[in-house]
Amino acid sequence: MKTLPTKSAGILIFLMSSLPVFAQSSSAGGSPLLIGLIATCVILVLWALFTLASNLLKIEAKKHGIDTEKSGFSIIPWISDFMPGKPKYIGSDRYIKLSKGHDILLEGEAKPEIHVADVHRFAIKPTDFHGMSPIPKVEFEIGQSVKAGDPIFYDKKMDTIQYCSPVSGEIVAIERGEKRSISAVVVLADKNIQYKNFNVPSIEQTSREELVDFFHSSGLWALINERPFDRVPDATKIPANIFISTFDTAPLAPDANFIIEGNQESFQKGLDVLSKLTSGKVHLGLDGRDSKKSPHATFVNATGVEKAYFAGKHPVGNVGIQIHHVAPIKAGQTVWTLGIQEVITIGRMFLYQKFDASRIIALTGSELKNPVYVKTFLGANIGDLLIGNLKNPESRIISGDVLSGKQVHADGFLCFRDDQVTVIKEGNEHELFGWLLPIEPRPSISGTFPNFLYPDHKFEANTNTHGEKRAMVVTGQYEEVLPVDTYPQHLFKAILSNDLEKMEGLGILELTEEDVALCEFVCTSKNPIQQILRQGLETVKEQS
Amino acid sequence: MSLLNILKRIEPDKKKSPFLHTLYDGFFTFAYAPDTVTKDGVHIRDGMDLKRLMVHVVIAMQLCYLFGTYNIGHQHFVAAGQYLGFLEGFHLKLAHGLIMLLPAFVVAHVVGLGIEFYYAAKKGHAIEEGFLVSGALIPLIMPPDLPIWILAISIAFAVIIGKEAFGGTGMNIWNIALLSRVFIFFAYPLTISGDQCWISGFDKIAGGVTANYGWWHTGFFNTLFDWMGLDGFNKATTIVDGFSGATPLALAYEGGWEKVTGVFSESQLLWGMVPGSIGETNKVFIVFGALFLIITKVASWRIMAGMVVGLIGTTLMLNAIGSTPFMQVTWYQHMLMGSFLFAMAFMATDPVTAASTEKGKWIYGILIGAIGLIIRVMNPAYPEGWMLAILLMNTFAPTIDYFILESNIKKRLNRV
Repeated sequence: MKTLPTKSAGILIFLMSSLPVFAQSSSAGGSPLLIGLIATCVILVLWALFTLASNLLKIEAKKHGIDTEKSGFSIIPWISDFMPGKPKYIGSDRYIKLSKGHDILLEGEAKPEIHVADVHRFAIKPTDFHGMSPIPKVEFEIGQSVKAGDPIFYDKKMDTIQYCSPVSGEIVAIERGEKRSISAVVVLADKNIQYKNFNVPSIEQTSREELVDFFHSSGLWALINERPFDRVPDATKIPANIFISTFDTAPLAPDANFIIEGNQESFQKGLDVLSKLTSGKVHLGLDGRDSKKSPHATFVNATGVEKAYFAGKHPVGNVGIQIHHVAPIKAGQTVWTLGIQEVITIGRMFLYQKFDASRIIALTGSELKNPVYVKTFLGANIGDLLIGNLKNPESRIISGDVLSGKQVHADGFLCFRDDQVTVIKEGNEHELFGWLLPIEPRPSISGTFPNFLYPDHKFEANTNTHGEKRAMVVTGQYEEVLPVDTYPQHLFKAILSNDLEKMEGLGILELTEEDVALCEFVCTSKNPIQQILRQGLETVKEQS
Repeated sequence: MSLLNILKRIEPDKKKSPFLHTLYDGFFTFAYAPDTVTKDGVHIRDGMDLKRLMVHVVIAMQLCYLFGTYNIGHQHFVAAGQYLGFLEGFHLKLAHGLIMLLPAFVVAHVVGLGIEFYYAAKKGHAIEEGFLVSGALIPLIMPPDLPIWILAISIAFAVIIGKEAFGGTGMNIWNIALLSRVFIFFAYPLTISGDQCWISGFDKIAGGVTANYGWWHTGFFNTLFDWMGLDGFNKATTIVDGFSGATPLALAYEGGWEKVTGVFSESQLLWGMVPGSIGETNKVFIVFGALFLIITKVASWRIMAGMVVGLIGTTLMLNAIGSTPFMQVTWYQHMLMGSFLFAMAFMATDPVTAASTEKGKWIYGILIGAIGLIIRVMNPAYPEGWMLAILLMNTFAPTIDYFILESNIKKRLNRV
């Protein structure tokens, strides 16, 4: 709170600092005493003027109904006005402000309205799960009907963990990829979804083992992601902590505050259940970027969890970055991460005894006629979701965001953990002197583009690589967009040279693809950073 | 029919003539940005690529090129005692500068790029843009009177031994431009050090020596200037008596700042109307280039700041000792003489050979500033220290990075 004395002192210091200049310029004549007197008079007059103007401004502001007390309202700017500190709504919770990162602003943000999508087919894709054996055991045959929550397949390596159908209907296809591996199990949905009835244990009276068994058999286990390695959790390991990020900073990412609306009860229930499963705590990462507006009340008022607010640029909303700053993974530990919609699904199971895998998906991107949110189920068919909405059938369709999402076919399916579809232009055109004098503005962190002149511009990015792959030359650019205490360039080079000790030493286990996606975006030499990181993670997994 | 179609039509076959195809590809990608799209991984890419990066470094040194060209001519006529005003005899100074610099520029690129193209074709990958910057830098760091064949040999040495032997762009340990300079420095020392090499157009720097004009001077330009009604090159031009051709640094070594200011004024030093390597003399334009590189984030400001810190710190120490006149020279006087600023802006900041961690860049910069100045002031054999200091620190940059990485690794291990 800036009171009148501190403010006056500020003005005094400011004016005193100008005194030597004043004295020097008129040092040709006059005694120091006289100059001192004149200076004091000038200071007093100016002070009076400033104070008067400031008060007049306040009176005027009050007439317009602006709260002048709370926000340090004054005619004189303060340092804090230029460098906003901890927002007031945070209170005593942890506040972590990160300076590294970059927000890519793109055209085609989803409008805050929910449409009901008319989706007929849904699929669970074994390929969405890292480390799953290529041919999982499918428990149904084509033509059989399933209910929402019926187990469809399981991995033979971990045969208790069931992967369940998000909808009821008929199994219409088991799509196969290379070497007869199963790439998708497709369900043709009923008009009215039939839910399997679960015998849900009460969380107060059940042991952790029983709860885990229930998670395995009900398909909830597969909703959880384990770090390091980003995979379905190992059944034998107890997670050190559970992390949930309640905001997404990726380009065009869905607004969690919008999705959570009306789901307070299920979200809280989900958190309660999860806190039984860890030896540590459930950590919630909240959005502290806005200095005025707090995140949704569901997140702010969540109980039984550790809350930390984050401010900064993408990837600050990534759970991996939040883990690094809240409670970094130690050697041998595992932690779990979940998205908010997965938590809601878990909560609904314990509230309503059914596997409700409904999802709100943001349809985004510059190549959509009408970017909106749609309500559907996990694994929805992209073609059905986008029907009549594409500007150009040749566009790039991505399940997820433009940085770490997967390219999908127009008739493909939403990936397991994705809550966003992005459609952007393909950039398969030659551009005359495009490397030197680009005609269209493009997102970049480089100072060689005049992007700093229009910081709020939303770009219509395309998929052109804007250059060819080269050896790594530039240093320091990955560091600029990765708010993690490591040396990314050296980490990637260690992976390429298969130096296991250095990889682990530099913290490869704290990162996954989405965390380093921005590094790949900014890479001047156009290296496939995410692929390199995955290669390193696989090496570490094999060795351990 | 568009230019694109014409270019596509003349594309040579890759299998039949790999060298021609590499050559074609190199020039084609200059005209047109490729149409490749992202596959797995990110779907959009930053507009920045290596070509753009390299070209921005070249843009940053254009003012040095303009001034350097003119200054070659200016110094030539100053030695002859003619056109002493900076803008007098403008056309003659420019013509002489071009006659000296253009062949060097062309040869540097033909030799350097030729070797790059050859290796690119042999290895079957696209031409890397590394030599764009080296090729532009090399003429700027050479004395104006350097024989072209020595330049060609030095570039061939630097590119083949210094770069291709290590695996090409991005893999070299030492700065290519400096490597070519240091090659000349040790192989042909008289062409790049001493008082004889900084004034062009004379066989020897001594009173009464006649200018050595060739066909371009007396044939081409004299005819042109004659037709335009301007003064031409005078074959009877001789060096005035008592002219030594010494650079400010050589003077400072003999008698400190007083001796320097006895010959050159401070504004001459600042604006670069002094003998020296072609690109290093004008401090104002170099600072412009450095600011351009910092603002566009092409070069690391940490290295530049580190070098300034190192220079100031070491100078203050030497000032405190002050046993020779050169030791008493202050830090800003040091910046006005020689090639400190040029080395800071364009040489030390080469990302491939510099330290690659943030802390490492500070250490690297500070050490270059300190070591370079010590060589400059304390060592009578080497009049200028930055080349050797940078090459030395190039060698140690991986070691600096190693210790910084180790501390990060230790920190992570201690978490358990």
